Amino acid sequence: MSRIKSLVAAGLLGSVFIPAVVSAQEMPSDTTDRKKPLAIGGAQFEEFEYRYSDDDEELAVWNADIFYGTDDLKVRWLSKGEYAIEEQAYEGLENQLVGQVPISKFFDAKAGVRFDTPEGPDRTYAVLGIAGLAPQWFEVDTNLYVNKQGDTSAELDAEYELLLTNYWILSANLDATVAFSEDREIGIGKGLVSTETGLRLSYDLIDRSVSPYVGVVHERKYGDTADFAEADGGGTEDWFAVIGAKLSF
Amino acid sequence: MKARLLAGALSMLLPVVGLAGEYDLTVDRIKIDTGDFVKEGIGYNGKSPGPELRFKEGEEVTINVTNNLDEMTSIHWHGLILPFEQDGVPGISFPGIQPGETFTYNFPVVQAGTYWFHSHSGFQEPDGAFGAIVIEPEGREPFRYDRDYVVQLTDKHPHAGDRIMRNLKTTPDYYNRQQQTVGEFFSEVSEQGFMNTVKDRLAWGDMRMMKADVEDVQGFTGMINGKGPKQNWTGVFKPGERIRLRFINSSAMTYFDVRIPGLDMTVVQADGNNVQPVNVDEFRIGVAETYDVIVRPQDAQAYTIFAESMGRSGFARATLAPEEGMQAPVPPMRDPARLTMADMAGMPGMDHGGMDHSTMSDMDHSSMAGMDSSSMPGMDHGDMMENEGEVSAPFYAKGSGIAPTAANGGKFLSYADLKAQKPLYEDREPTREIELRLTGNMERYTWSINGVKYEDADPIRLQYGERVRFKFVNETMMTHPMHLHGMWSILDVGAGEWNPIKHTVSVQPGTTLYMETEVDAPGQWAFHCHLSYHAAAGMFRKVIVEGGPETSQPSTDAATDLGGDA
Repeated sequence: MSRIKSLVAAGLLGSVFIPAVVSAQEMPSDTTDRKKPLAIGGAQFEEFEYRYSDDDEELAVWNADIFYGTDDLKVRWLSKGEYAIEEQAYEGLENQLVGQVPISKFFDAKAGVRFDTPEGPDRTYAVLGIAGLAPQWFEVDTNLYVNKQGDTSAELDAEYELLLTNYWILSANLDATVAFSEDREIGIGKGLVSTETGLRLSYDLIDRSVSPYVGVVHERKYGDTADFAEADGGGTEDWFAVIGAKLSF
Repeated sequence: MKARLLAGALSMLLPVVGLAGEYDLTVDRIKIDTGDFVKEGIGYNGKSPGPELRFKEGEEVTINVTNNLDEMTSIHWHGLILPFEQDGVPGISFPGIQPGETFTYNFPVVQAGTYWFHSHSGFQEPDGAFGAIVIEPEGREPFRYDRDYVVQLTDKHPHAGDRIMRNLKTTPDYYNRQQQTVGEFFSEVSEQGFMNTVKDRLAWGDMRMMKADVEDVQGFTGMINGKGPKQNWTGVFKPGERIRLRFINSSAMTYFDVRIPGLDMTVVQADGNNVQPVNVDEFRIGVAETYDVIVRPQDAQAYTIFAESMGRSGFARATLAPEEGMQAPVPPMRDPARLTMADMAGMPGMDHGGMDHSTMSDMDHSSMAGMDSSSMPGMDHGDMMENEGEVSAPFYAKGSGIAPTAANGGKFLSYADLKAQKPLYEDREPTREIELRLTGNMERYTWSINGVKYEDADPIRLQYGERVRFKFVNETMMTHPMHLHGMWSILDVGAGEWNPIKHTVSVQPGTTLYMETEVDAPGQWAFHCHLSYHAAAGMFRKVIVEGGPETSQPSTDAATDLGGDA
């Protein structure tokens, strides 16, 4: 009886396992990297420059994007800084950590946090944004920021590249910030806060990795923000000559 | 006793029954010198291209491949009909060859002609891991020649393959240095008027597509048999000889337009299969294709083999001469090609004056049901916008900007000229049709089939014994050389039973192309665009052939895990 049982068991085992083993040997399943999402990482400095203003102010400025991820999800560390060389102080220092997912053929949505830690009071915001390529080749990046106090603001960044040749590129960018509530402590008034407009002529020296440029940048504050700046003894408008390089690794 | 006798008799019979050859290949890290730059690369037996493998039809070959790299490797025998375990695609045919391991391939050679081999792992092939295969037929060739040379083309880039992929994913136009400039705008204004030029720019800008998007990866040095233009590979001949040139395009990304000023070329073979001879002045060779041509130089002079890339961003050059050291003039490259609206006609939403681009519709047809030949958006509208291009050629969109013409105004080979010398299969009605839309998004550098990348795709299942008609609808603005492993691609050129038999078929932008496949090889096979970075970005499928002699049912679930980098 027990012998019959074991025979049956063996038979069952055999019928279950043997075909599986055979097909396993003959038909591999693809677990190579080709079958996995391709993850890409890199670091790009859209701006890495020295600025000299019309009232002799000197700034070191960067605008960096360090990213890693797949087509479906990327993590980005976006860092912006303005360092006043003489004062040895950060006029602006902003770091964002965002996740980015595609939402249409040409646009991505971003969500994350932004930490502002310049000279003076710090701020933390939640970030919601949309970035991508608009018709006629405008690179746009719009973001909505909300802090714990409920202060909200929005930022629009648009850039256009004009190819003088395939190596000499003139790029124009406009960055505008609008606040929906006042944050007096950091000098933000309600309404249009500020704009930064830049025009840079670059040359692709090493592939698209190192592209030195020269250019001009105009910064302006508006409305209440301008009034706050004046009340604090600052200016409301600056012209800068800039020299730097676009970097991409 | 009886058994031993039998074995003895068998062993005596063996040499009579078949030839057997044993070959050794090592996979090595090497230096590649293009004459313009020196780079690290991968080669076979210490060089790239690797050794020319000369087989004989009917031979049983044994090839020992030793991996001297510190990463997994593989060799795919491109165009060879063989058992799928011998096909050399990691994760599909076998687990790959690990560092330090020697893998022995063993298969019968059942065909003749010009083929090639290459790594199917990572970007080893763009990095140099390829070589030529020449198979001598059992019987007589249907044409005569006095000598033959392999002419193996490649597009050697200073950057390593994985770096190129990363750059393309980050900045899709990273390598494109043929983009339209302010200068070109003004020269167009003077030719076509201000308003026309502005309208044209706005139409392209609205699509966010570039007319200059013919070649993704520029900045390469074209090489022939491992020599750059300055190093000038030279094939020696005696005047009056008939020379068979076996052109193989082993490029990662580049199509070449090939001509030999001063010589007529007679095309006698395509992708290893003999075709009815056709005389041409120039031909375009797609990535992974082969063409055999016969030339007959009468004079004791040098001739330049000139191969311009399709987008005119680079060229390869070699020489045929009565003796080493002679050379003929090297012609200048023609102007860069520009796409036209006709080449965009395959894009969904591009079929009504090109004004509605809100969304890419229908991007997730993951099922390979195949019988759905209902009209897809954007199909067959190639003739809607022909205002821009002048050339019309079969297999290109009507008014295409990349349809080729011969430099001397003569005959340029078309797929329509290719007729099989001898049909390989009985002509019969296909049992079903499978539509494969070639899809992608240049701005994200994603490439896919039916909108689905390989990583998300189910395999295509074919039944042994059926004859499948594949319908390729190219919805992108790029040319895709589609390569099905293991089974022949019978390209429909409208010649019925004389349709040519290929292993790689080029599908031009904005066009629909058909090929048929006799499903006669059990197992599982790769099927992909042969542009290295398109395949890696997802324009790739696994094909499973179910049924057939002596195979268990393919199973994808109960399978061994084969890791590593493919």
